[in-house]
Amino acid sequence: MIYLVAHAARVSALLGQHVVLVAVSLAIALVIALPLGTTAARHPRAGTLILATAGILYTIPSLALLALLVAAIGLGPSTAIVALVVYAQMILIRAVVAGLRGVDPALVDAARGMGLSARQTLLRVEFPAALPVMLAGVRVAAVTLVALATVAAWIDAGGLGVLLFEGILTQNDDKIVAGALAAAALAIVADLALRGCERAVRR
Amino acid sequence: MSAPTPPSGARVEFRDLEVRYADAPAAAVSGVNLTVDAGTFAVLLGPSGCGKSTLLRTINRLVEPTSGTVLIDSVDVREREVTTLRRGIGYAIQAVGLFPHYTVARNIAVVPELLGWERSRLAARVDELLTLVSLDPARYRGRLPRELSGGEAQRVGVARALAAEPRVLLMDEPFAAVDAIVRASLQDEIARVHRELRTTIVFVTHDVDEALRLADSIVVMNAGRIVQEAPPAQLLSDPADAFVRSLVGVDAQTRRLALERPLIER
Repeated sequence: MIYLVAHAARVSALLGQHVVLVAVSLAIALVIALPLGTTAARHPRAGTLILATAGILYTIPSLALLALLVAAIGLGPSTAIVALVVYAQMILIRAVVAGLRGVDPALVDAARGMGLSARQTLLRVEFPAALPVMLAGVRVAAVTLVALATVAAWIDAGGLGVLLFEGILTQNDDKIVAGALAAAALAIVADLALRGCERAVRR
Repeated sequence: MSAPTPPSGARVEFRDLEVRYADAPAAAVSGVNLTVDAGTFAVLLGPSGCGKSTLLRTINRLVEPTSGTVLIDSVDVREREVTTLRRGIGYAIQAVGLFPHYTVARNIAVVPELLGWERSRLAARVDELLTLVSLDPARYRGRLPRELSGGEAQRVGVARALAAEPRVLLMDEPFAAVDAIVRASLQDEIARVHRELRTTIVFVTHDVDEALRLADSIVVMNAGRIVQEAPPAQLLSDPADAFVRSLVGVDAQTRRLALERPLIER
């Protein structure tokens, strides 16, 4: 705790980097997962392929994936973001598929029958109806990325992982505790905030 | 109460219609030739799986026939762009399918909004329709679907289907999911709405009493084919075959008696 208090400015700077890493990754991951998940929900065969691919990528150990990415695109935050985006896909695509498949078929039938186009039905009816399930996926992805992003420090991407790696190298337990506490707090805050969003849209 | 300007209904015709689903051995609908005259309340009656819903869904092209044609006022439904066609046809289903995140007013306004109606006209139309289906606009227009009972939701469903003044209204077992008392009041309601608007209604049900109560013309279907087409009284007095006789059942005599009053009222 001493480090956390004595170096509050540094910890909060690293916390800020961590938040940016996670937020940027999550945003990019969503932009990719929405169309992929929608396609997967619509076309079972493509869906199997998409989910299998995301599943395989998800099983690659994070250090191994980072090492491969460093070899391909070098050190730095952008490399970490690529890795985090890849990991989030599995969780987010599944959530989009589950959300869309869970939409009451009568809603879609009514929408199409009234003359909404496929696109209008998706945007005005299916996405809003699937939103609570999709948001649950975003929440799980956010918490997972907060944890995973600590490894990003290993490839010079910054974030709270810096404290963990420095602590390990210099055998400074206090530093490790500071990093771990800050990361855990961030994960809890993200979880609570997104749970709040879920409740709001369910209402 | 100002009654909406009555749109005269359109004539709906089926010619040599056949529908065959890709994975099914038998045709869902076959050899259907049928004319539903403008302004008629036609009820498609039959057991589940007889093809009545499939036939209904060929009218707004939710189902495309394998062969044959569907005409609305002599125009092939395939000649019109599918969403344009559907926006001109009312559609109400058993599960209602109100958009859960839209208020009652927004739900009712969906099609008129797609058609680009002005705001002031929309708001007036919503209130007019809520009144038409016996819901107080002030109390109901701002509610969300989950704040409605089953019967209220279906009234809103009917209002929504009528919103853009369609000349044809399709109803697929609309009252099957509500209890008997609510069903009876909804039936009275739709009969009254039909008398007021003279929209052509094609109504699917498996409930004989409902068909007898509402229909100008009953179309009995079995195994994808039309078995008999007749006004309610004639269906009871003169069933075409053993299937129709068993469908209207041993109660035919009682049912005929029950028919007399509504017939006089008409």
